[in-house]
Amino acid sequence: MSLDTCPPPATGCRDAPLLKQRGQHEVFCGLTGIIWLHRKMQDAFFLVVGSRTCAHLLQSAAGVMIFAEPRFGTAILEETDLAGLKDAQDELEREVARLLARRPDIRQLFLVGSCPSEVIKLDLARAAERLTLKHTPHVRVLNYSGSGIETTFTQGEDACLASMVPTLPDRTTRQLMLVGALPDVVEDQALDLLAQMGIGPISVLPAKRSDGSLGVGANTVFALTQPFLGDTLTALERRGARHIPAAFPFGAEGTTAWLRAVADEFGVDDATFARVTAAPRARATRAVAQAAETLAGKSVFFFPDSQLEIPLARFLTRECGMTALEVGTPFLHKSILGPDLDLLAEGPVLAEGQDVDRQLDRCRAARPDLTVCGLGLANPLEAEGLATKWAIELVFTPVHFYEQAGDLAGLFSRPLRRRALLHPGARA
Amino acid sequence: MKLTLWTYEGPPHVGAMRVATAMKGLHYVLHAPQGDTYADLLFTMIERRNHRPPVTYTTFQARDLGADTANLFKTACQNAYDRFKPEAMIVGASCTAELIQDDPGGMAEAMGLPVPVIALELPSYQRKENFGADETFFQITRALARPVERTARITCNLIGATGLGFRHRDDVTELTGLLSDMGVSVNVTAPYGATPSDIKRLGAAHFNVLMYPETGEAACRWMERELGLPYTRTVPIGVGATRDFLAEVSTITGLPEQLDEARLRQPWYAASVDSTYLTAKRVFIFGDGTHVAAAARIARDEMGFEVVGLGCYNREMARPIRALAKSYGLEPLITDDYLEVEAAIAALAPEMILGTQMERMIGKRLGIPCAVISAPVHVQDFPARYSPQMGIEGANVIFDTWVHPLVMGLEEHLLHMFRDDFEFHDAAGASHHGAAPVAVGAGGPAPQPAASPRGISTKKNELGLVIWLADAERELKKIPFFVRGKARRNTEIFAAEKGLCEIGIDTLYEAKAHYAR
Repeated sequence: MSLDTCPPPATGCRDAPLLKQRGQHEVFCGLTGIIWLHRKMQDAFFLVVGSRTCAHLLQSAAGVMIFAEPRFGTAILEETDLAGLKDAQDELEREVARLLARRPDIRQLFLVGSCPSEVIKLDLARAAERLTLKHTPHVRVLNYSGSGIETTFTQGEDACLASMVPTLPDRTTRQLMLVGALPDVVEDQALDLLAQMGIGPISVLPAKRSDGSLGVGANTVFALTQPFLGDTLTALERRGARHIPAAFPFGAEGTTAWLRAVADEFGVDDATFARVTAAPRARATRAVAQAAETLAGKSVFFFPDSQLEIPLARFLTRECGMTALEVGTPFLHKSILGPDLDLLAEGPVLAEGQDVDRQLDRCRAARPDLTVCGLGLANPLEAEGLATKWAIELVFTPVHFYEQAGDLAGLFSRPLRRRALLHPGARA
Repeated sequence: MKLTLWTYEGPPHVGAMRVATAMKGLHYVLHAPQGDTYADLLFTMIERRNHRPPVTYTTFQARDLGADTANLFKTACQNAYDRFKPEAMIVGASCTAELIQDDPGGMAEAMGLPVPVIALELPSYQRKENFGADETFFQITRALARPVERTARITCNLIGATGLGFRHRDDVTELTGLLSDMGVSVNVTAPYGATPSDIKRLGAAHFNVLMYPETGEAACRWMERELGLPYTRTVPIGVGATRDFLAEVSTITGLPEQLDEARLRQPWYAASVDSTYLTAKRVFIFGDGTHVAAAARIARDEMGFEVVGLGCYNREMARPIRALAKSYGLEPLITDDYLEVEAAIAALAPEMILGTQMERMIGKRLGIPCAVISAPVHVQDFPARYSPQMGIEGANVIFDTWVHPLVMGLEEHLLHMFRDDFEFHDAAGASHHGAAPVAVGAGGPAPQPAASPRGISTKKNELGLVIWLADAERELKKIPFFVRGKARRNTEIFAAEKGLCEIGIDTLYEAKAHYAR
């Protein structure tokens, strides 16, 4: 089946020059990933070893979630912990023991490294090993770093999932693994579509519970549902699994392309594929068309945030008729985003990394109709007369696959519709 | 190491940001890793600022660690100066940069920038946000303020208002009016809205009004010593405190006390008969030291509440709060652990909580009404409307804010009168005008064992202490739902005190008699 929405561009952006910048980054660190990962992994606790800043960040980013006894917390380093490192290991063991006594339902504990713990070289890997021995078999203790000096925002999920891969049991039978944390409702839709095509067995990383049924091996093929999983991809390949490259499942076209890539791997015939995808695909196209009325012909500028920017720019330009002026991303994994880059027409500035003041200069000069940016920039830009869509929502809201395609387009059209409502007669 | 989920205060560099963001013409260069920019959104979202905080972050990464971070800092500092051309700069380190020991102050000094560069030493692993704000403003004042000629008119400075301060914006307006009525005009308000050149002329005032001790005391002390500016000790929150404050201003300036009471409605509202039901409502007060002390006085002396517990999270104010608690015959709660606060509230079972955003959540969990009196607060407590806490309008605002969460007196009376009415029971739904009634099982309302606040009564049952007999449970159901939890709790406490293991109708009414006021 062809992708008939819009023909692919002649060249695409795979080999387009990349503007690489260093300077001030206006982004979250990887610790923020905990906020959605702890909802997804229902028997896991995320213990950040860090400073008051880390605790304050999680509190600020988690919003009202902080009041719902979430399964994460921060072991705040104090003056005495900095004095001698041996101390810190004992302190950590004591805090973990207290925590596990209070929350006996916890089966996986992640020790999450932060900037302070990385800088003082607190050996969390060794701590995790010792703690696993101590609390085995009830609790498995893992570690990864969500520090700002190493990770940006969604890379925290990558670091977390990558840390789990080496501990997974060997699985020799053929399976499809979906990799990336999705809202439950979206995950179920994806599994249902694949099941209708007769694809299986399917497992999902991360699993809701760590019951030991998840495994990996040479007969595993895997598809990413999120673009920010570079380290996890490498870790899975090291276990012998094989990656199925595909455009990411945003919008009708993205979802179809993603499903097609997986279906091809499993030898699904065209008729079956068409039968399963035709109805939801038509629904998605209709739903997107409604929001696209507002978006068509408008320009969009992406500040770097989550690595979702390139597939989203591909969706907005191809399915909603927008023009991308600049697409900023914190990191660009060409091997992962190749299929999306192929579909993104040449033209936009592709920027990796950030020097926020210079990027703001470019944004002001370009006067985009819509700017996708973080919460630290959104209100200041609105006050300058630029319409913004704050980017974090794109990570927390269900936006993947067919049934969410309309909602995804709606997230971008809402700020423009609101602007038109509040300023009738102004530049729409 | 201390396991934490909620923190009342951020790290000290956030306090420095609160000062920098409040001011104009000042720029803060913060040596910090990627991610620390999260603090920007506190200002752009919670306070809804329409510009970015004037803060440049060096954003060092793992690969920079080593000699390179120092260069990174210098570049960032130079770029920030070139781009923003501030009148003065402050430089410092966040918690991570404190560990790599680059000495931002020394490096910035060596750069020879043509404006004053003020170095901040903020110990991130010992101190917190309020200290950061207080210390930063103190260092800025010490670096810039010099003795200057006094103004001919009697003027004062308003000291302590910052970015992200609870109602600081409107308190400044209210206080400016209050002082103007007495013939005192404001020389400089700082840090809120001040530029570095304004700081230079702080000394032209005749005295300082210390609005918020948490964020302005160190600077006021220094100005008293070095510039000969006395400062006020009373924070004018509440009618009594406002009068005392004006008396203090009168003593300092020799001007007669003036208070335009035409707008002051709080005393009459509190005296009117509708407020009688407020008498001896049991309140628990928690927040920053200044707002707690003010609230305790208002609660007892101006609203007729009974203060059953009080405390603060900022240990800088521990001493005055201890003294205050003693004068109220209470054990103070000085803690930054919200679980301790929650335990104290659960044990005291107050009828109302005055606290922060966290106490509001605790109140929700325990089914106790709550009003917010202190930072930290969420976006709804940076309101669009004028709503100071200080002075005359502040007293009016506080009356409304505290009374609204409570059930109005007449309403409470009517609810009691008609508690057995066929249309007026807890399963009847919210309204007779179209709202769907709550589904009920066959044979009338289903029993709702979860009606009491979570965790309180079950705790008793786990201990096997008190059992509710069926008739008492039925009688309890007749009590309106919004006071039922309190009745259940009071009865259980009463029964436990009497050593009873069962609660019958008699016990229920004996407890009611015991707690009646």
